[in-house]
Amino acid sequence: MNALTKDTITRDDVIDFIYNEVRMLDEGRYDDWLELWLPDAIYWMPLDYKQQDPVGATSLLYEDNFMLRLRVERLNGERTFSQKPKSRCNHVIQRPFIDHFDPANGTFQTVTNMHYVETRLDEQQLLALTVTHDLSLVDGMIRIAGKKVELLNCDAAFGNIQLLP
Amino acid sequence: MNAAEINALIRPGQVHRDVYISQDIYRLEMRHLFANTWVFVGHDSQTPNKGDYITTQIGDQPVIMVRHSDNQIYVLYNRCPHKGTKIAIDRQGNTGKFFRCPYHAWSFKTDGCLLAIPLRKGYEGTGLSETENGKGMKPVGAVHNHRGFVFARLAEDGISFDDFFGDSLSSIDNMVDRSPEGRLEVSGPPLRYMHQCNWKMLVENQTDTCHPMVAHESSAGTAVKIFKEMGEPQPRPAAMQIIAPFMSPYEFFEDMGIRTWPNGHGHTGVNMSIHSNYDAIPGYFEAMSEAYGEERAKAILDENRHNTVYFPNIMVKAPMAQLRNFIPLAADKTLVESYVYHPVGAPKQLTEMSAMYNRMINAPTSIVGHDDLEMYERAQEGLHADGMDWVDVSRLHTGPEDFDIEMVENGTTERQMRNQFHAWAKFMTASMEDASGVAAQ
Repeated sequence: MNALTKDTITRDDVIDFIYNEVRMLDEGRYDDWLELWLPDAIYWMPLDYKQQDPVGATSLLYEDNFMLRLRVERLNGERTFSQKPKSRCNHVIQRPFIDHFDPANGTFQTVTNMHYVETRLDEQQLLALTVTHDLSLVDGMIRIAGKKVELLNCDAAFGNIQLLP
Repeated sequence: MNAAEINALIRPGQVHRDVYISQDIYRLEMRHLFANTWVFVGHDSQTPNKGDYITTQIGDQPVIMVRHSDNQIYVLYNRCPHKGTKIAIDRQGNTGKFFRCPYHAWSFKTDGCLLAIPLRKGYEGTGLSETENGKGMKPVGAVHNHRGFVFARLAEDGISFDDFFGDSLSSIDNMVDRSPEGRLEVSGPPLRYMHQCNWKMLVENQTDTCHPMVAHESSAGTAVKIFKEMGEPQPRPAAMQIIAPFMSPYEFFEDMGIRTWPNGHGHTGVNMSIHSNYDAIPGYFEAMSEAYGEERAKAILDENRHNTVYFPNIMVKAPMAQLRNFIPLAADKTLVESYVYHPVGAPKQLTEMSAMYNRMINAPTSIVGHDDLEMYERAQEGLHADGMDWVDVSRLHTGPEDFDIEMVENGTTERQMRNQFHAWAKFMTASMEDASGVAAQ
């Protein structure tokens, strides 16, 4: 893929990035997926509907680079019994809204509605997500500067959600 | 089942698998065990103002916890005395000065007393006012608020709060004392995690110190491995403080110690625990010393109990200001609600650490949670195997045990599990007819 620049990047490039990211997750290409993340980026999944403070109250996820790496590595662990057999996932996504498009500064924000299915053995669950991506153009590539995944039913009781919606 | 049949399910070092898988026994637990014991309802900071209420369950019983106009906390069955409609179904709210049933507008004061019925003359001469239904929403048997933690006993008569908990309240006291102002406030809604397993598996796991280095190798062991690969950067990633101690060796957990109290209560981490080696939070010790004096502050903060089980179904983790409520929904279904509290007057950073612990360990999205739930659900399915009827809880059980006295033992004993089953049989049978048909004591 050609390097992107602030002069050439288009809205389609940003939208394609979102589609490519969920494809990596659905295909289990987690090492590629981790490469998308900037070192200081946080993956946040609120627990409370419209939660403002991610760390002063409990969130479902608030993962820094170390935790994301830990999750990915654990999925393939020899003694990761909750992943024997492995979970699988599938995203159906709506065309992302581009709420912020600033090529000069290399910053972008998208909001994408998704239906996320995760399955293992005889269980399958469907989650409705609203995903906000903060993206940055760094060294010719779009990278994730932050990702917020809001569950429509965040206050419901869940069984295991083992992968990363 | 009668008392003799219940008692026959518990042996000194074994319990019958039916206590986990039988729906009949689950129903008996709800009718007897969860009626005769003091069960956690909520924290009074969830209902700070008059008319504030939460809805929850005591066992399978729907209840409302509400702050009345006298500023006291009342616990009422969540059922209109008229047709049975639940009075409130949102998880929390403010009802003002009275509850009003949405079906026929019967209204009740926030202590449950009947306030008004529309077109009341229709009940003249019917005898309604002489019935239980005519009095209003029914309160539970007894309510006690211990330093903000509200417990209830459904049964009208039974063991007193102080007799039931005794010295075990020292863990809740330590959790509250960790606030420079001596009070806690709930911090956000609880995690809600559904488990397809029996509630007792979760309670037993709280003092099961021989599972972390095995079941959590996948999460804690991998964390340690990645940390080493990174060249052990300082300060440690936050996850290393919280998750890595789960990989401590057996000897560490042996030395932690386990204390048991009468009536099924007990805790791990008598001498120290996996919470002893956290980085200091700037300003916290100073705030504590200001409030309590340096010596007392040190004593409070040096008490690093790990998990305290309050029988039957909660766990309190004082150093991390959290409480887990294991709500039994069926023999094979348990809702776990995990709360974090803010110690008022302590730095916000302390609560952030507690919230981090909660999401890393107790969430449906937590890798540590995944490790545990996998084991519970495998056990729930495996116990249906007919080849063997008994489950073993005999670790470090070498002779007769007296559960009516406080004991401190090696941190890998299963004495606390046996203590819970001793209490289980006691409170299951307390209101049962015995084998000969005579009401048991």
